[in-house]
Amino acid sequence: MSKKNPKLEIDIDYVAKLANLDLSGEEKKVFGKQLPQILGYINQIKQVKTPSTGLPFSVATAQSVMREDKIGKSLSQKEALSNAPSTKNGQFATKGIFENEDI
Amino acid sequence: MSHITSLTLAETLSALSNKEFSKKELNNAYLKRIDQVDPLLNSYLYVNRASHKIPAAIKDLIAVKNMQMTCGSKILEGYIAPYNAAVIEKLAAKDVSFIGKANMDEFAMGSSGENSAYGPTKNPWNIAKVPGGSSSGSAAAVAADLCTFALGTDTGGSIRQPASLCGVVGLKPSYGRVSRYGAQAMGSSLDQIGPITKTVNDSRLVLEWISGGDLFDSNATKEAFKPKVHLQDLNGIKVGVPKEYFSEGLDKKVEGVIKNAIMNFEELGAKIIDIDLPHTQYGIAIYYVIMFSEVSSNLARFDGIRFGKSRSEFGLEPKRRIMLGTYTLSSGYFDDYFVKASHARSKIKEDFAMAFQKCDVIVGPVSPTVAWAIGEKADDPLTMYLSDVYTVPASLAGIPGLSVPCGFVDGLPVGLQILGKYMHEEKILNVAEVYEKSTNWHKMKPDL
Repeated sequence: MSKKNPKLEIDIDYVAKLANLDLSGEEKKVFGKQLPQILGYINQIKQVKTPSTGLPFSVATAQSVMREDKIGKSLSQKEALSNAPSTKNGQFATKGIFENEDI
Repeated sequence: MSHITSLTLAETLSALSNKEFSKKELNNAYLKRIDQVDPLLNSYLYVNRASHKIPAAIKDLIAVKNMQMTCGSKILEGYIAPYNAAVIEKLAAKDVSFIGKANMDEFAMGSSGENSAYGPTKNPWNIAKVPGGSSSGSAAAVAADLCTFALGTDTGGSIRQPASLCGVVGLKPSYGRVSRYGAQAMGSSLDQIGPITKTVNDSRLVLEWISGGDLFDSNATKEAFKPKVHLQDLNGIKVGVPKEYFSEGLDKKVEGVIKNAIMNFEELGAKIIDIDLPHTQYGIAIYYVIMFSEVSSNLARFDGIRFGKSRSEFGLEPKRRIMLGTYTLSSGYFDDYFVKASHARSKIKEDFAMAFQKCDVIVGPVSPTVAWAIGEKADDPLTMYLSDVYTVPASLAGIPGLSVPCGFVDGLPVGLQILGKYMHEEKILNVAEVYEKSTNWHKMKPDL
């Protein structure tokens, strides 16, 4: 890590925005204190001697698993929509992507 | 017939085939005991009064069609699973039904059960203590005889640690032994579904039922677990004892119990070999970087559009891990954290590969302490994370691990961890069973 003191560098507002989390003032306060402590602890991974090149570890043993190209069972449209907070015309209803657009 | 609920799964199957009682009597006995005991323990989030086959408890992050699945979170309050997880289909074919969905730390994040949005589960041995986590309700329900067996999930110890703290048998199979289809993902390179049972033999039986692949989890092996041999003693078995698992932080009384168990292994014919797992001290740091990162990615699917409520309904622990994982994956930090941890992970795997050249199984503690008081670590996430020190290395390496009861400290159970080579569940089950049969720990029941 090139930065001098990385454990103090977490920008709670910026990371919350990236994480799509709307944190309360209290949560920001708690995380502002706890997250640098936790990052301070996990920074010890830097002490592990590892090769700087090559593929990192993958736990998956199977690669490029293919199945026969035939239709199997899947959820019906009704089942897929059964837990949606809002639907319209048999589809998920979402907020508009562009401003001033109604759903 | 109150004794029905104290039977093991194997004994229950035998009693049913001998027509000693009916499946209806079996379920009624368990439902009656749940009504009597569970208000004290809070091990179930939902009780299925229509259960009419072999009654099992299912951790509430495994999908059972037309039943609630909350993952212990408010964000999924009211969610009804529209399909069955692969393990549920496999169990249904073995005449198993689901007596309840078990309480758990929210999204399997926790080591105490206190992170459930629906209140903590209590330890059946002492209701002022935590049962461990995150499969808190599953372990408590087995220990309190509220089901014939339970399913849990283990990402960094979430089957083995609550099994240890509740005095029951918990098996984390090898990564890829059991299909994860239908289990809410936490750390996709770590997660495994496994049994929590009253005996080692029951664990073997349930693994046989739930193992094997399907069309939906491409990392699951196609071959089901088929046990072939049972051991009578431990003659010729080489048991590795890593000195790193007996370092600072391990409670002295727990250490005494574990060392006694290792002496029992020797008496049973095993050869005890000192081994080194030199990267153990980095296990927690490596594990948490990888898990936080995978959590932030997996929980991004909760957008409140297709299912579930708004992301503000996540509890504090999921939010904490999403924040940390978003940070460790973010531009400028990805190489220093996620990539570095992935490389370091291969060092943990190499440690085990070297060790298994000298021994057949590795034994040590599951948890550095017995169950602690509810509330004791609740406001200190880092201390809570450190309690996973002996369970996360096996998760990082993808190897199987089992907790078997091996004694008590101050009236609370201690579990012995037995680790094996990748896909060698049969070896650790056999070794654990020989040990279990030489003791009476698994026959002890909490006074409820």
